[in-house]
Amino acid sequence: MAAVSTTSRQKFGWWTANLVVIALALIPVLWLASLSFKTPTAVLNPSFIPAQWTWGNYTQILSTTQFIRPLINSIGIGLIATFIAVVLASMAAYAVARLRFPGKSVLIGMALLIAMFPAISLVTPMFSIERALGLFNTWPGLIIPYVAFGLPLGIYTLSAFFREIPWELEKAAKVDGATPFQAFVRVIAPLAAPGMVTTAILVFLFCWNEFLFAISFTSTLTSRTAPASLAYFSGSSQFTVPTGPIAAAAVVITIPIIIFVVFFQRRIVAGLTSGAVKG
Amino acid sequence: MSTTTEALPGGATEQAVRGHKRQLSEGARAERRLGWMLCAPAVIVMLAVTAYPVGYAVYLSLERYNLELPQAIKFVGLSNYGAVLSSSYWWEALWVTVLITVISVAFTLVLGMLLALLMHRTLFGRGTVRTSALIPYGIVTVAAAYGWQYAWTPGQGYLSAAFNNSAPLTAQFQAIGVIILAEIWKTTPFMGLLLLAGLSLVPEDLQKAAMVDGATGWQRFTRITLPLMKPAILVALLFRTLDSFRIFDNIYILTGGNNGTGSVSILGYDNLFNALNLGIGSAISILIFICVAIIAVVFIRGFGTAAPGTDIGKR
Repeated sequence: MAAVSTTSRQKFGWWTANLVVIALALIPVLWLASLSFKTPTAVLNPSFIPAQWTWGNYTQILSTTQFIRPLINSIGIGLIATFIAVVLASMAAYAVARLRFPGKSVLIGMALLIAMFPAISLVTPMFSIERALGLFNTWPGLIIPYVAFGLPLGIYTLSAFFREIPWELEKAAKVDGATPFQAFVRVIAPLAAPGMVTTAILVFLFCWNEFLFAISFTSTLTSRTAPASLAYFSGSSQFTVPTGPIAAAAVVITIPIIIFVVFFQRRIVAGLTSGAVKG
Repeated sequence: MSTTTEALPGGATEQAVRGHKRQLSEGARAERRLGWMLCAPAVIVMLAVTAYPVGYAVYLSLERYNLELPQAIKFVGLSNYGAVLSSSYWWEALWVTVLITVISVAFTLVLGMLLALLMHRTLFGRGTVRTSALIPYGIVTVAAAYGWQYAWTPGQGYLSAAFNNSAPLTAQFQAIGVIILAEIWKTTPFMGLLLLAGLSLVPEDLQKAAMVDGATGWQRFTRITLPLMKPAILVALLFRTLDSFRIFDNIYILTGGNNGTGSVSILGYDNLFNALNLGIGSAISILIFICVAIIAVVFIRGFGTAAPGTDIGKR
């Protein structure tokens, strides 16, 4: 539409609107970055640009297990949960997109219910169950709920992607004597890889971001994740608020997201929109 | 073969029934079995993590169960629900949650629509806009919340300094305002992307025809774009409303729920980890679950929102 006639005034309008959006999106992030480079005295100065710059906050958080260990937990738990969720979701999404079987709408309804589920409703009973099963404060204690909540997202996104795959190839494979399972593994899975990568990114972002389960089902560094660890940072003395180190840690856990977003912008947009609206 | 006819759930059952009469062919039966086998692991995990704990929460909510008094566990019927529903804490938390949900979702819808129109129609820097917009969506809520908290701390924050060194996080309504602001910043891009997908389904021809007929931009938007986007808007609203109703991270970091800013999720969390009361905590869990169910039913039955996925098989 804008192509119909773009006067220089319209052009200017679009540019301004774009710049406003970019500024609104980035200023809060830049503020965090600025805080993370401020010295403890500069933190007490509300200027947006640090008066004195330092790497001290980063060296402080990266030299203690207080942050490194949660970072490792976050990466490990996120990767394992993402892997399991994507594998299970691919299987279910393939069945939804391709196979005729009774109970399909039940599965879809269930996934929808879970996508809308209030996480807090699970915290009290899961806390009790995890303590009884010895899962409290362990990696599996977080991986299991993350898989369960990643699955609906995965099933929606993947079944949307799977519908776009040229299925004649699968038929060709079946004509050549492949079983449905072989057709899935050998022919369709490679074609489905882009959709699976997108889904994996979305599920990983969810795990990386999750906070309520992370503070509820962990109690020590053995399984506490990075977002949860921020709430436990302490200052150098009882009376100093650890603003700088917390900001630095917040920046560190934001870096992977910026990398994902910059490199996979198209995929993330496609994944979010295909699963949620067209589904 | 087109997926449209084949994936119709109704059609599938009909075919299955017809197939039965003619005896299911070996292939059809294998397909069924494979379908169930492929779905089973996902279904088991989802049920184990949701249905079972919710059932267990119903049971716990009927007991007097304080972790500090393990000897005193006793079946007390509905008295936990009575205790919650007659407590001013519950009603205040519910009111705060509803207030945050309504205001933030309303703003997010309007701003998200503007963002969607911009992303849809801009010719310049499209990738940059989308990439920037994805950053609030992707950023860890807790990390962003610390940014907002420090920004509004007097003597430290640029926003506080810009507003006469105000300390909004220490007063109820102002703190709720900051929480809403943080929510809007974080969730507008997601809303924008959902609406963008709806926007791309509006046929360009209709717009052009209306333009030829002399419709203004606003008329085209309200008479063509909005009605055609209604299903997408309702789905996006449903998702955002339910998501906002669960608000926890932003409040936990920004105010800790102090000064009357706690949501129902904060209340449930505090009851478990500060009061160590599993019985009351479970009753709160179930009540929140019921609230969410009511919201979903109102949207799906009341507004006729097509629950996303219910038509997944129809395509």
